[in-house]
Amino acid sequence: MTAPTPQDQPQRDHLVSALVRDEPRVLTRITSLFGRRGYNIKSLSVGSTEHPGVSRMTFVVTGDRGVVEQAMRQLEKLHDVVRIIDHSLEKYVDRELVLVKVAITPESRVEVRQIAEDFRARIVDVGRHALTFEVTGDEGKITAFIEQMRPFGILETMRTGRIALTRGSNADIPSHVYHGGETETLRPVVESVEPREERARGVPNLF
Amino acid sequence: MTQGDMTGAKALWATLVGHGITTVFGYPGGAIMPVYDALTFYPEMRHVLARHEQGAIHAAEGWAKATGEIGVCLATSGPGATNLVTGLADAMMDSVPLLAITGNVARHLMGTDAFQEADITGITLPITKHNYVVRDVEELPQVIAEAIRIARSGRPGPVLVDIPKDIQLAPYHGEIARPHARPEAPDPAPEAIARAHELLRGAKKPVIMVGGGALDAAADITALARAWDIPVITTLMGLGVFPASDPLWLGMPGMHGSVAANRAISEADVLLGIGLRFDDRVTGRVNGFAPNAAIIHVELDAAEIGKIVRTHVPVRGDAGAAARLLAEGAQKLELPEWQAQVEEWKSRTAQPDHWGAAYGVQAVVERLRPDDILSSDVGQHQMLAAQLARFEKPRRWLNSGGLGTMGFGFPAAIGAALAEPGVRSVVIAGDGGFQMTAQELATLKMYDIRNVKICIINNSYLGMVRQWQEMFHERRYSEVWLGDSNPDFLKLADAYDVPGYRASSAEELPAAIDAWLSDPKSALLEVVVPHEHAVFPMVPAGAALSEMIESEPPRAPTPGTRKNAAAEEANNA
Repeated sequence: MTAPTPQDQPQRDHLVSALVRDEPRVLTRITSLFGRRGYNIKSLSVGSTEHPGVSRMTFVVTGDRGVVEQAMRQLEKLHDVVRIIDHSLEKYVDRELVLVKVAITPESRVEVRQIAEDFRARIVDVGRHALTFEVTGDEGKITAFIEQMRPFGILETMRTGRIALTRGSNADIPSHVYHGGETETLRPVVESVEPREERARGVPNLF
Repeated sequence: MTQGDMTGAKALWATLVGHGITTVFGYPGGAIMPVYDALTFYPEMRHVLARHEQGAIHAAEGWAKATGEIGVCLATSGPGATNLVTGLADAMMDSVPLLAITGNVARHLMGTDAFQEADITGITLPITKHNYVVRDVEELPQVIAEAIRIARSGRPGPVLVDIPKDIQLAPYHGEIARPHARPEAPDPAPEAIARAHELLRGAKKPVIMVGGGALDAAADITALARAWDIPVITTLMGLGVFPASDPLWLGMPGMHGSVAANRAISEADVLLGIGLRFDDRVTGRVNGFAPNAAIIHVELDAAEIGKIVRTHVPVRGDAGAAARLLAEGAQKLELPEWQAQVEEWKSRTAQPDHWGAAYGVQAVVERLRPDDILSSDVGQHQMLAAQLARFEKPRRWLNSGGLGTMGFGFPAAIGAALAEPGVRSVVIAGDGGFQMTAQELATLKMYDIRNVKICIINNSYLGMVRQWQEMFHERRYSEVWLGDSNPDFLKLADAYDVPGYRASSAEELPAAIDAWLSDPKSALLEVVVPHEHAVFPMVPAGAALSEMIESEPPRAPTPGTRKNAAAEEANNA
């Protein structure tokens, strides 16, 4: 009758989205919650959604299942948080964008361009001694692209954080939840939404 | 300004009045002066002027802890606001519904390091349930209404609303916001209740453990425990949820818990926890906590379930609703062996028999009436009071549980005394903690508050730290001796027209207590006790509850080598 202890569980990356009110200091509130409890955010992207007043944050957090579960439950308590989505529990699409500046020589130029073409990377800047590429894709593709370019000499890279959406036609914010930008009514309505299906948890989920 | 001109500041008061708020605690300053000016137009609102913002917020907490209703406090910007920080953290830890209103510099000055400016919403982000800066006067009443709703709903907590000075002064044209309905707590899932029933029916060594989240479910929890005939442990925050006179009561668990409570947890096969968060002072070493028990955890805050201890049956919902469901269909468990074992542990409760801090605390708490409110500060006297007092009702025991805030007890007792003027508000403090908020004696005088009874257990030490130094630092008493610099507490009280009484021996104590309690005014009793007294039982930090030290070990005759010279001299005197 013993549940696994945190030490028994592997550390891995978890992809989590938070739908939050678009108000000052919400980002600080959320990141400071992570920081205080010692969870490192590996990547973070924030942007607007189709609903005025609601922003979407996508985090990658490293930790065991229990740590991430606790982080999500703490987040769910925040007044600014409308909904938390743990993407690892369902099918999702995710993307990242990276800019990579690769050193080139007259000899390597053609080969570099050929590899970039294989990855469908776009050239966004051309210099005498460097090409800058833009690549979008999931984490694996972007990592593979960088690895392919590494032998030529990578001068700089900048990756955005990962962004993700649940697959299928379900929206994470049901359309009936939100009424034309009235943040006042947002939360009570969201709270009346049916609870999400049972999640795989360290403890049996009975609520 | 005439009364007809509605401003942000007046809209604030109108909203508070509309929410049934009758009393606020505060301290004025430059950035909240329009609010204090507007107060003069609302004679139905009582403002209690504390002598320090920390006193104001602890008084608001005392009000809230005694009544279960929201406490409200006010402060100006910058230093006024930062003086609220301790109380906000305290209220956060102990789930106290609290509204803190701070003034701030005018919007055009915010962010410029203006005079008395502090980023109080930034500072208090992690220690409030939510906080706001009001940036538009038309939103002010709605923000206040929402802040009150958030503070009171679900697991209660503190909410801070920061109002720039120009917003306070701005004309207001809108409606005054009405109170939100208090949202209902989710009902516990039937499957969870069914699984809990199953475990309880099969239990051979069950215990129920209740915390501060169950304060308003006392009747339901009492009925539940009696229906199943299961012994009950009440945490420091839950004292009074179950009547101490009931034979099923086992006392308090944890670091200074009772033998019966800690042994029962260590032996239990089913532990039903209701409205508690398994604080480390309660659990001791977590992997030694209730090692044989299946744990059922009833809790409103989902984030608390599984946070510290493994939980076999999580039950999310209101404590009272869950207790009623769990009591349905209950049959008394016939467990004579378990009952006999529990009785044997209970018999190990020692009553203090020689003069000392425990003797003094015992003498005071045994004179309490069931309606009396007992506040404590933080330290040895707090643990002694928690061990020795016998609470029959909830919300009669106010102390700083989670944060362990010295200076809490006295102002909290003032808040409770104002909330319930008909009852005695007794505070047990130490000589250390009392001096952190002793200036609130002026508040007693100013409002002629007559039902606060202050007892200072004076051992001339920061007693709990000294106890740890004695036990874990080879009696190197570092910076804990107060004796030479303590004031004459009776003279201090006299300076504020508060009558004072003193007892320095067991013989003097009864008469002193009588005089102190029968004084028609608020009064102070100083109980002078021997310097070295330790609180037992004790579970050392990092140990399991089963490793409890039940009573004081024989004291080593040689003093420590690097003992504070002043303390040594005093001890040898």
